[in-house]
Amino acid sequence: MSQGEIMTNAKDQVLLDKLANAAREGKISRRSFMHYAAVAGVTSTTATGLWTSSAKAEPKRGGTYRLAQHDGNSSDTHDPGTYLTFAMINLAHTYRSYLTQINPDQSLGGDIATEWSATPDAKEWTFKLTDKASFHSGGKVTANDILASMNHHRGEGNTSAAAALLADVEDIVDNGDNTVTFKLGSPNADLPWLMTDYHLAIVPANEDGSANWQSGDGSGPYKLVENEFGVGSRLVRHDGWHGEGAYFDEVQILIINDPNARQTAVITGDVDAASQLENKTLGLLSRNPDIKIDNVASAAAVTMPMHTNTAPFDNPDVRNALKMSVNREELIEKIQFGAATIGNDFHHSPAMPYFPESIEQRPYDPDQAKALLKKAGAEGLTVSLSTADSVTSGAVDAAVLYAEHAKAAGITINVVREANDGYYSDVWLKKPWCMVQWGARPTPDVMYSLAYKDDASWNESFWQNERFNVLLRQGKAELDDAVRAEIYTEMGQIARDDGGTVIPYFPNFVYARRGNLEHSGELAASWPMDGARAAQRWWFA
Amino acid sequence: MSLFVIGYYTLLLVVSCLAAYFNKKTIFLLAFSLTLVSFVLGIVGGPGALRAVAICAGLLLLTGMVSYAFREFLIQMAESNIGLSFTNNPPVLYGCIIIPIVLIVLSRLLEWPITEFALAALILVIILIGMNSETAKELRTAPMTAAFGMFVIFTYAIAGIFAPYIAPHGEAEVISSAFAPADESMLLGADQLGRDMFSRIVYGARNSVGLALTATVAAFVLGAGAGLLAATKGGWFDQLMGRIADVIMSIPSLIFALLMLSIFGPSTLVIICAVAIIYAPRVFRLTRAVAGNVVVMDYIEAAKLRGEGTGYLIRREILPNSTAPLIAEFGLEFCFVFLLVAGLSFLGLGIQPPTADWGSMVRENATLISFGDITPLIPAASIALLTVAVNFVVDWMLFRSSGLKEQ
Amino acid sequence: MGDIARLVGQRLGLGLIILLIISVIIFFMVELLPGDIAQAVLGQGATEENLAALRKEMGLDQPAIVRYLAWLKDAVTFDFGSSIVTKTPVTEIIGERFMNTLFLAAYAAVIAVPVAIILGVLVALLRNSIFDRVANVATLTSISSPEFFLGYILILYFSVKWGMFPAISSLSEGMSFGELLNRTFLPALTLVLVVVAHMMRMTRAAIINLLASPYIEMARLKGTPPWKVIVKHALPNAWAPIINVVALNLAYLITGVVLVEVVFVYPGIGQALVDAVSKRDFPVVQACCLIFAATFILLNLAADVGAILTNPRLRHPK
Repeated sequence: MSQGEIMTNAKDQVLLDKLANAAREGKISRRSFMHYAAVAGVTSTTATGLWTSSAKAEPKRGGTYRLAQHDGNSSDTHDPGTYLTFAMINLAHTYRSYLTQINPDQSLGGDIATEWSATPDAKEWTFKLTDKASFHSGGKVTANDILASMNHHRGEGNTSAAAALLADVEDIVDNGDNTVTFKLGSPNADLPWLMTDYHLAIVPANEDGSANWQSGDGSGPYKLVENEFGVGSRLVRHDGWHGEGAYFDEVQILIINDPNARQTAVITGDVDAASQLENKTLGLLSRNPDIKIDNVASAAAVTMPMHTNTAPFDNPDVRNALKMSVNREELIEKIQFGAATIGNDFHHSPAMPYFPESIEQRPYDPDQAKALLKKAGAEGLTVSLSTADSVTSGAVDAAVLYAEHAKAAGITINVVREANDGYYSDVWLKKPWCMVQWGARPTPDVMYSLAYKDDASWNESFWQNERFNVLLRQGKAELDDAVRAEIYTEMGQIARDDGGTVIPYFPNFVYARRGNLEHSGELAASWPMDGARAAQRWWFA
Repeated sequence: MSLFVIGYYTLLLVVSCLAAYFNKKTIFLLAFSLTLVSFVLGIVGGPGALRAVAICAGLLLLTGMVSYAFREFLIQMAESNIGLSFTNNPPVLYGCIIIPIVLIVLSRLLEWPITEFALAALILVIILIGMNSETAKELRTAPMTAAFGMFVIFTYAIAGIFAPYIAPHGEAEVISSAFAPADESMLLGADQLGRDMFSRIVYGARNSVGLALTATVAAFVLGAGAGLLAATKGGWFDQLMGRIADVIMSIPSLIFALLMLSIFGPSTLVIICAVAIIYAPRVFRLTRAVAGNVVVMDYIEAAKLRGEGTGYLIRREILPNSTAPLIAEFGLEFCFVFLLVAGLSFLGLGIQPPTADWGSMVRENATLISFGDITPLIPAASIALLTVAVNFVVDWMLFRSSGLKEQ
Repeated sequence: MGDIARLVGQRLGLGLIILLIISVIIFFMVELLPGDIAQAVLGQGATEENLAALRKEMGLDQPAIVRYLAWLKDAVTFDFGSSIVTKTPVTEIIGERFMNTLFLAAYAAVIAVPVAIILGVLVALLRNSIFDRVANVATLTSISSPEFFLGYILILYFSVKWGMFPAISSLSEGMSFGELLNRTFLPALTLVLVVVAHMMRMTRAAIINLLASPYIEMARLKGTPPWKVIVKHALPNAWAPIINVVALNLAYLITGVVLVEVVFVYPGIGQALVDAVSKRDFPVVQACCLIFAATFILLNLAADVGAILTNPRLRHPK
């Protein structure tokens, strides 16, 4: 169901019934339920009441949960520093645990850490650890293990992909009272959010303080019994698990890289869930009464950064003209088959905290784009847009469609198809306008610091905006949520109106499950399968 | 009892009786056994089953009629001896071949929109040259299957060459919503992006067949050339070529193609090169074996003693005596090349979108099969139909050149 | 018989040289692939420093030729090294998968070879009849359909619609043999459909080719019934080309099944090879390719020896 569809029927009472129904069947998340209910003109208290009455469900224990998982590779490893595939991200959340986790309602919750606090300057964060957590091999999870796990990604010569994430951490200390303190070089109010990153899994420490990741030991809800990378794994419940959930007796993960095979497996009941579906068959699959489809707005994004230091993109009017000459709705409809959330040219997805609802959506307006170009003296603009098939599904098609839209504004976009291999080393940051797929990041600060900050090495549009960067630094050090929300609203507005990046849409996560597999109705949006924690949170009816 | 059922049985019985009366044994057996089977079918499946049988038979009859007419058409053409006016008149002959080639090259360079016509003219001239009473005699021996094959190839060639004129919409033009059903403007409905399926099939004939044909021809030129040379020259050259072929054949073809395409990028040229390299050794081996048998014949010895050069030996003595197995191999290899390219498309390395290619089209829409949608079947059927047609013709040629004419 | 021993010895020696050349080709092709292993492992989020650190740890800072020679030195003693990415020995990674591939190939071959030869003999006997034509069209159609497509269609009917066989062929430990056969039936059937046509057509062609020979004519004139002419007189002399095409197809069953593995989620060696290529994991790619090449060489040798053994004239050359 697309958002636009909902909007047009807004005043319809039928809608509310449908919503309640959808909620009961677990088809929509609480977040979207509240959102749609608000659109329909229901007060939030009524909506909450409606939600709780319709989506109430009692978890049950037992059963074997079989998952068809996409994107697995035989050269995956247990090393958290090189987790790369979706299969490993999912497995990591099943057999290992983290300091914190993203809850189904997108708030931040504890995993190994039960509570956390910062000094007022946000430069020192202390995490209190639960005393219940234990590794599958027996030992308790101690502060020592946390230190080893974190130091695996730090220091000279480390080989972790998460090194950049912890670059600001100057020291991590074991306080001796089951708490650890992270000392930062500069303030960072988001550190607890960073701890949800899939690389930062907790593994046991060796005698010498290094991390022992090789054994595949962990402290997650399930214990690995059999595992062959690129083929599949079998796990059983870890009885000493410290958290809530872990309702299944056994979890079987089957790596199925072919989308058709995944889809068939879930239709025939060979598996209970499939971690990713092909968007083009969504409509057909949703007619199957045995299958439920979860379509979750994510924080992943497709961006088209223009180098703002290169003509003609150095003129904000040209940039805005290009932003105006894309028909986002049609892109979402044709390329994503509706399974995407519309973008508004600032890299802050509704699935992230502090999302600014108040910023007006930029429409498709070729006439105004034409006027802007005239103002900039760049009528009949001709530009090249580089893309490759590997960027995202239908990337080239999307670019071609964009070129069609831009024709109405008198803009000629030459779509340049680049090679898949080496795209991110040869095209990205090198060609003045290209297409990029970004994975989900937990907070707007992480995203902006990574790709929009003036001195960031991945500032993909080479964008320099003084106010934006002042706000960014201010927001990073701000511990008050209300103030931060205001800061991110202003930053979003600036990026939308001055930035060099076209963000047409945020692709949704789309996954399917058999009818007897239940979840709370809310789904974490950080990764597919309820933030990769379906094995922990879901149950059989 | 509906009128249809009565008519159905009446027709069958009339045909059976007439066939029996005129002593047409096969037709009688066919028609009467169909009548008997229809009794059972009619009871079990009702008029619906009979209707299906009637439709199938009708289609078969139609295909047969088209094939027959097409063969007769070719025979008539050949009997008029048009070819002789070319072969007896060398200046006209060379002129008619060279002018279209020049036009093709020029129109590519200067972007004149006449490439299609020049190419068609060239092919037409080549066909006409072969039209003489000899050919007519050969054509009369062609079975219905071969005639059908020729007709299909002819249709595909027309579709491929004149794709931009035949296709109602552009190759990559989005004209409706995804998977829209067929209507007046879209014969076969739309694909996953809302592009016209029929137009893409027509363009696919040009892209896929063109690619597979070029690659197969390249493999044959490479392989047969090396094979003939090796057979004639012998010695170290023969050995070297043999070992090179061994090495290439021992590398799994899909992996070899995968590596090549990952290194050089999936462009059409790379695909053609990769496929040619993969299939050339097979052709080489066959040619080497066939030519090896010819080389030891006395007349080759005689030619060698006459002091003829390698080129002459290959062109005049060895090649004409080894064509039959090579043609048969060509048919099969053409299928395999097609499949390899489709397999590469499946792994995302074949002809790149938005270019229409049957293999990719099967892959792009494959997930629909689970929902009983026939969209992905159309390009797959196009592939199958063409390869079957090619092999029908090849079978006939083989049969013609094998020692079995009298049977 | 001494001749055969010498032939086998010669061919094995030659095979080793071919394997060596292939290892060089594969090594340098993997080297030529754009991007490198460190980038493939760390992905988009890598910084220059940890890329360098990882390259050092994997020994990629050494020149290519040094790495190749080091690999070759070990390979001579049948030590194919460890995967660069996972550090597990190559034999461990591909051992079980190769067994799976062999099993599937054997399963398909056991069905396909007899079916193809019997059908081939039958259509040669009934040549130019309706049966011949139908068999011809049917096998040509199956040979002309992309194998992933055949797989999808089989899945649609046999598992989605009729629920007779499982759609995915994942294996687990402690599976009974019957269950194993049931689980892998659909991929085996797909492969059968793919290879039967080629073998059948070759059998038919080989037999028909002989029918014009004088000795067949002789047998026919003696009044031997047609089926006896074919089975007793033509077939024994047609074995050589038939064995050859069977060997070629057996090799294909082992080396060319990546697509079927992907479609049916079968844990064979092809998938491991594709994965290794995408990660630039040279020792695994190398080992897989060499196994494939060795299989091909051995099967070809077997075919040649088989051809000699079945043909007395070749067995006792003049």
